[in-house]
Amino acid sequence: MNGHHQIAEDLTSYALGSLEGEERAVVEKHLEECAACRRELELARGDMALLALSTAGPSPPRRARQRLMDAIAREPRRAPAPKRGLWWVLVPSLAAAAMAVVAVLFWTQNQALQQKLSSLQRDFAAQQAELQQAREVVATLTAKDAMEATLVAMKTAPQPQGKVMYVRDRASLIFLASNLPHPPSKKMYELWLIPMKGEPMPAGMFMPDAHGSAMVINPPLPPGVEAKAFAITAEPESGSSVPTMPILMMGAGG
Amino acid sequence: MATLYDRYSSIVYAVALRVLGDTGASEDIVQEVFMQLWRNPGLFDSSRGSLAPWLAVIARNRAIDSLRKRRPETDIADVVVSVESDLAGEAERHRMMDRVRAALASMAAPQRSALEMAYFEGLTHSEIAARTGEPLGTIKTRIRAGLQALRKATG
Repeated sequence: MNGHHQIAEDLTSYALGSLEGEERAVVEKHLEECAACRRELELARGDMALLALSTAGPSPPRRARQRLMDAIAREPRRAPAPKRGLWWVLVPSLAAAAMAVVAVLFWTQNQALQQKLSSLQRDFAAQQAELQQAREVVATLTAKDAMEATLVAMKTAPQPQGKVMYVRDRASLIFLASNLPHPPSKKMYELWLIPMKGEPMPAGMFMPDAHGSAMVINPPLPPGVEAKAFAITAEPESGSSVPTMPILMMGAGG
Repeated sequence: MATLYDRYSSIVYAVALRVLGDTGASEDIVQEVFMQLWRNPGLFDSSRGSLAPWLAVIARNRAIDSLRKRRPETDIADVVVSVESDLAGEAERHRMMDRVRAALASMAAPQRSALEMAYFEGLTHSEIAARTGEPLGTIKTRIRAGLQALRKATG
């Protein structure tokens, strides 16, 4: 048996699913024998669950729910496989009674699902229209061939400018910028949310295109942060967790 | 099932989307995970942990399998996830996630990116070493230390 210490080292890799072949087999064999390592594996998976849960994002589209409900409606839940044994032969009536119970369960479940389905279908058309509208907005925002123009007062040179739309409770943020100069070599711009309380929070890295335009849509932010202002700095391409001075652009919410 | 879906589908979807970066493929993962739960409700043993972290781990593993185009590696019934902290309620979960994000944000960039490559891109330690041009040992240490930092921040 491999050293316990060595296995403990490999548990992280095993939990990540990045062990293969013999290394994997060795860890699996050890896990069968060692309760402490099994517990450690569970904890390592727990750490990874925290990492996975930290991904905040949009909910799946409504059609995914519909698709699941359709699939479920087509496929009744399997009852646990009956144990093979004499009782099956000896007590058919018991089996029949059990089947009847299962049938009733299926029927009520089915009824509930049918009701749910029809109400979902009613909502569906309305949501489709809403979705279509939202898609068109996003498509225009993100279209590569969209024409962009920044309007300024006559006889004024175009200035770099950025606009943030931020919905605190949904942690949803859209940032559009125009006329930005290219950042210094090996730097990117970083947008910061400056909260009412606490340190500035990174709200997305971006690079202006050839026309100086840039966009950040829904960077990962925790919900519910009250923003005092937004700012832009130039940072190394790998990003920073605290802004590097100077602040290049800044704006407070109104 | 509808209740379960409404409560947890966004977790599964967000994880899959983070890994796959493709909404269609992520919807497939959501479908697959919830169908498995539906077909076999005994898969998840509630005496051994709460559902949210378990689903997050299952979703991540399935998404990585799909990304690497390989057959599912582990039987999901065998996956036991143990989180010391309380994640039962939505509020606790949000609070905990703020701590996780803060811990991630305070990590040095190479450490965070090694952790993310291992976890969200499913790269092996050697692949990460090859990609970053750093020694395998360094990568291993970074990933282990990164996970330990997360545990410490949330414990």
